[in-house]
Amino acid sequence: MNYFLQQMINGVTLGAIYGLIAIGYTMVYGIIGMINFAHGDIMMIGAFISLIAFLVVGALGVTAVPLALVLVLVGALFFTSAYGWAVERVAYRRLRGSFKLAPLISAIGMSIVLQNMVQLVQGARVKPLQPVITGGIELSAAGSDYPVTLGWLQIVIILLTVALMAGFTFLIQRTSLGRAQRATEQDMGMANLLGINVDRVISMTFVMGAALAGVAGLMVTLYYGVVDFYIGFVAGMKAFTAAVLGGIGSLPGAMLGGLLIGLIEALWSGYGSIEYKDVAVFAVLILVLMVRPSGLLGKPEVEKV
Amino acid sequence: MTRSLFDMVKDAALAALVAALLALPLLGFRLADSAQGLQLETRLSWVPIAAAIVFAGRLALNLAAPWLAKWKDRAPAGKPKLETAINRRPLYVGLAMAAAALALPLTPWGDRNMLDKGTLVLIYVMLGWGLNIVVGLAGLLVLGYAAFYAVGAYSYAILSQIFGLTFWECLPISGAMAALFGLLVGFPVLRLRGDYLAIVTLGFGEIIRVILLNWASITGGPNGISGIQRPSFFGMPMTASSPGHTTFHEFFDIPFAPTQRIVLLYYVILLLALVTNLVSLRIRRLPIGRAWEALREDEIACRSLGINPTASKLSAFALGTAFAGFAGCFFATRQGFISPESFTFLESAVILAIVVLGGMGSQTGVVLAAVLLVGLPEWFRDLAQYRMIAFGGAMVLIMLWRPKGLLAGRTPTIRLNKGEAA
Repeated sequence: MNYFLQQMINGVTLGAIYGLIAIGYTMVYGIIGMINFAHGDIMMIGAFISLIAFLVVGALGVTAVPLALVLVLVGALFFTSAYGWAVERVAYRRLRGSFKLAPLISAIGMSIVLQNMVQLVQGARVKPLQPVITGGIELSAAGSDYPVTLGWLQIVIILLTVALMAGFTFLIQRTSLGRAQRATEQDMGMANLLGINVDRVISMTFVMGAALAGVAGLMVTLYYGVVDFYIGFVAGMKAFTAAVLGGIGSLPGAMLGGLLIGLIEALWSGYGSIEYKDVAVFAVLILVLMVRPSGLLGKPEVEKV
Repeated sequence: MTRSLFDMVKDAALAALVAALLALPLLGFRLADSAQGLQLETRLSWVPIAAAIVFAGRLALNLAAPWLAKWKDRAPAGKPKLETAINRRPLYVGLAMAAAALALPLTPWGDRNMLDKGTLVLIYVMLGWGLNIVVGLAGLLVLGYAAFYAVGAYSYAILSQIFGLTFWECLPISGAMAALFGLLVGFPVLRLRGDYLAIVTLGFGEIIRVILLNWASITGGPNGISGIQRPSFFGMPMTASSPGHTTFHEFFDIPFAPTQRIVLLYYVILLLALVTNLVSLRIRRLPIGRAWEALREDEIACRSLGINPTASKLSAFALGTAFAGFAGCFFATRQGFISPESFTFLESAVILAIVVLGGMGSQTGVVLAAVLLVGLPEWFRDLAQYRMIAFGGAMVLIMLWRPKGLLAGRTPTIRLNKGEAA
């Protein structure tokens, strides 16, 4: 029982990270119908920026952990967003409205460029970071066979994700930018006619997705303590799976999907074999899609002639 | 649309500013390993250099924009003319290319190095043509094509290790195995929307790779399988001597040379690729091929005409994956060694890029893209990392420059009115 609880806690933490990345996929897919293959690598860049920011903040003499965290968070948000914006501007904008696979190939190319660029300028070796947030709350009763801990880091990750989700939902539901975004998602041409600057809205979508990916990158850096140029691919693929599982285009779906993927992965690693956890994730995806072809929370697509 | 010089400079300055911003964290600082753990090195001087490069590049692009636009306009906008030109081209160009490829080993350029590279390019040409059946004709986006390639390669490797089967015996089995896996994956997901197929095949590719990595007793795990049998020439091994067999050079009574095996491999893959090409060209004229193309254009219309979408898509999927299996079998025999490393997502991405960059549905385009993406980088092996950046960059740039691919515009399947293209 204790073991199960511990795996659940780990799974939820992991799921929060996947969910944040998945939102970037689902938003971009919702608006322009493309799979942004470079999104995982944007997360990887966010992780590198966080790591560098930690060292910079340390060098500047900030020793208080909360202050350092906030500074790093702001830095990662800002610079990762800039990367998200630039990638869209350079590689996707001119391909809008062209034949469907063109932006996909462009995105794969961009992903290769980003990975190898980081490898080139930062080196291929795995970069370790000393644990910044340590300790946690012991949840199990004294003397139990398996101690259950809820790490402070896990609490920070989950709370930060909840806060970001709340802020994000507010942004989409209540602000004019969110309204413009939803309008663009429903009908780009019509939104354009009604005076919405569609290019700007799409740019902002990429910026927001990248910002969340940047935070996810920071979390990955803190949680795993190691960063290398390849982490973006696997995490990105699982996050995309999460987006599809939840129903692509749906924001709560992305979060739910992320959570499920995190749980499956943690439980499978805990009870099954850790080598085959990725197989379990994709097997569940295929099973869900067979029963619910548009994902868990997705709207069924109406095909029109 | 001409802009003043000031606007151009302003635009370039903005681009440079963004570049500086992007370069600041990743170029300006470098994470360096040291005895005391991770250390930060600064090299802030790189940031203005990056900004200056972007500034110059952007300004040059802005200045060149009017000429570029003019150059683009020069190409006639009239579509009919273009299409007839395209329609005439493939037969002659294709035959000429096939003849050139056949003659290559006989020419002075056809040395060992060239043939090796040619063989590699031809593998990708074949994979490109095979994937083109699925993506180009049937319009199904597959992101895990390398998985089927892996199934073919491992089928041969395992069968030859355990049962001692030869390459020629395994070739059809490999294709059949890959097609079987294609059916297994395709069956549950082909009724789904296109993009879901993409993610499921991507996931399947990873599943296959993970299984190959971990099922060590059969697949050798990360070490792979080595010592895979080389192909023979009608049962005659291509070795210097072989007890109990007449070797190739003994039969023809010529001195033994290691190049003979390379030439044989080259011709085998050329043959396989040409068969792939022929099948995909001819199948477009058959009802099933027409059904695929019709499905790609409008599924609802097809359904109302009595075409079974799932069965048609499955057949396209099975045929396309079978060719991946053949190619995989050849890959295994050519390398003599396979490991999961060779079948990563990057491999699938490269094959898909070859199809799309070539111009979907254009058989010649696939060849062009394979030469460009696989052949050309082979000459720059020493620049490993720059090579990959250039590779990814080329994918982006070609798409930006020609979103429909290098040789866009496919041959119309049916001509309603001969002579006058629609």
